[in-house]
Amino acid sequence: MTPRAPMRSRLDRLGFDARFGALVAALALIWLALAWATDGVFLSPRNLYNLSIQTCVTAIAACGMVYLIVARQIDLSVGSLMAFTGMLVAWTQTNWLGSAGAMGWLVSIGVGLLAGLIVGAFQGWWVAYRGVPAFVVTLAGYLMWRGAAFLVADGQTLAPLADAYQRLGGGQDGSLGPAWSWGLGVAGVAALAAQTVAKRRSRARYGARLAPLWADALKLAVSGGALLAFVAVVCAYPDPGSDAGAGKGLGLPVLVLLVVALWLDVVARRTRFGRHVWALGGNPEAALLAGLPTRRLLLQLFMLMGGLSAVAAVITTARLGSGTHSIGQMAELYVIAATVIGGTSLSGGSGSIAGAIVGALLIQTLDNGMVLLDVASAKRQIFIGMILIAAVWFDGLYNRGARR
Amino acid sequence: MSDVRTPLVEVRGVSKRFGGLQAVDAVDCTLFEGEVVGLLGHNGAGKSTLIKLLSGVYPVDAGEIRVRGVAQRFASPRDARAAGIETIHQTLALAENLDAPSNLFLGRELRTRWGTLDTDRMEHEARQVIARLNPNFTDLRKPVSAMSGGQRQTVAIARALYFDARILIMDEPCAALGPAETRMVLDTIQRLKREGIGIFLISHDMPDVFEVCDRATVMKGGAVVDTVNIPEVTPEDLLGMIILGRKRGSAA
Repeated sequence: MTPRAPMRSRLDRLGFDARFGALVAALALIWLALAWATDGVFLSPRNLYNLSIQTCVTAIAACGMVYLIVARQIDLSVGSLMAFTGMLVAWTQTNWLGSAGAMGWLVSIGVGLLAGLIVGAFQGWWVAYRGVPAFVVTLAGYLMWRGAAFLVADGQTLAPLADAYQRLGGGQDGSLGPAWSWGLGVAGVAALAAQTVAKRRSRARYGARLAPLWADALKLAVSGGALLAFVAVVCAYPDPGSDAGAGKGLGLPVLVLLVVALWLDVVARRTRFGRHVWALGGNPEAALLAGLPTRRLLLQLFMLMGGLSAVAAVITTARLGSGTHSIGQMAELYVIAATVIGGTSLSGGSGSIAGAIVGALLIQTLDNGMVLLDVASAKRQIFIGMILIAAVWFDGLYNRGARR
Repeated sequence: MSDVRTPLVEVRGVSKRFGGLQAVDAVDCTLFEGEVVGLLGHNGAGKSTLIKLLSGVYPVDAGEIRVRGVAQRFASPRDARAAGIETIHQTLALAENLDAPSNLFLGRELRTRWGTLDTDRMEHEARQVIARLNPNFTDLRKPVSAMSGGQRQTVAIARALYFDARILIMDEPCAALGPAETRMVLDTIQRLKREGIGIFLISHDMPDVFEVCDRATVMKGGAVVDTVNIPEVTPEDLLGMIILGRKRGSAA
């Protein structure tokens, strides 16, 4: 299971990440098993489209959780904060600005984001400047924001939300359509290729070690192929809303996830902020001695998580078409599970956005697959709990192997 | 020995108290260009606190730190670095999960014109400075957790040197090293000295002290026992000062 040291270093030289590879392989196996168990229903365009939408909410929040866990923090209030910000968004549309014009729903998203940032700053302030452990602050938040969500409308469900807003949930008219989807897919492959070329050029210029050309080409072929295959599948799902039977294409939530993930991946690997967060998680004392603004970093991390919780809440409420105070229940656990399954180490200092997204996809795959197989919700919870333990166990095994 | 040059570092009456403990008590010491001054004393004598005051980790309670004659107030390690003081902490203060270039530039990253990290240029620069210190160390992209003790020490020293520090503080740089790596560090100290860099060296190893130090300031109980010229003393004199807190020449 764990690649041996020589094997691993060989993979390393080729620029392959063994941990990530194992995760993708596990996902592929689960998909094959589910396709077989459901007589192919699992791999139908309709189901894969739904799976892509279901994954987005968990994946978007998991992108923020990667940063927090890398910095040795945690946020248990994600689900409650989703409920609170989602209720504020809905309230803005139904009780304040109305859901008729574009103004109302655009402003409502701004209100939700702002609330997420403020709540994040509040939690981050207690952690960073008052030294209360994140576990305690966000556990309190878990209670408080769920309560606050109830208070927004006194426990009532707020509906209807603006039609344009509901498209953000990926339902009716909530996708790009085939033309734009293919355009984006091809552009994505071109961007991947350009990035590979630019990286090789830059490394060659400074005389740094280059992975062999075939290894980079293989990686490009696999990632580009997966991207185009995904576009093909979602375009094969006929849009129930269109009479011509055109394909749906990429759902808008997927687009939101792409933007969030690309942004946070670049921030993690290419900016000072990301570098400092990773350094802080790797060795807090070293970060302090290097003069990094560690408190401000923590505050910003919790604000990021708050903002992303609001984004997840927007997609959730848009999908439901209403705001209720019960959304996002247990979301934090799915998000943390996705992050950890995606290879983010609970001891801090390592983790990746791509891993968290695949982790979210894996968790939602299990959830989705078990629904197709008619497994009761109580049993699904038990199973996903077991998967989480297994993932952390595997991570421990893997890391012990790496140290040897 | 009268010296009319302005010292690189002049510490005057510096004190630091933690609760009931007077960790550093009215300490005076100086450091000149091209000089290595040993800071000696038992564990708990106040050496580590003194260097944390000099490197901006703690603010001083009383007294003054002058760098090239200018009084300084360090509110953070950044300020000390800006004044040209680089510190190699005993723990090395490296992020274990990051590679050599990332650690070398931690907090002072090179950036492209778009404001993103210039990782390739940082690797290139790191390669240059590390090659001068330890030519056998070429695998810079591996994380610190996979490095040997000597390689870690190399990264920590390279970090201090890259930014053209004129003042260097080294806290037991050889404590965890084998003989060959200790040799590398001592040779590096000699070379830096010739380049005119002033070094405060904390060490417990008498042969090392006698090999590289010009003077030694001995501390006990937070206060300075005495400062001596190394050629004028014997290891026994120094041990007497360290253990008994006894000035040289005073009756036994």
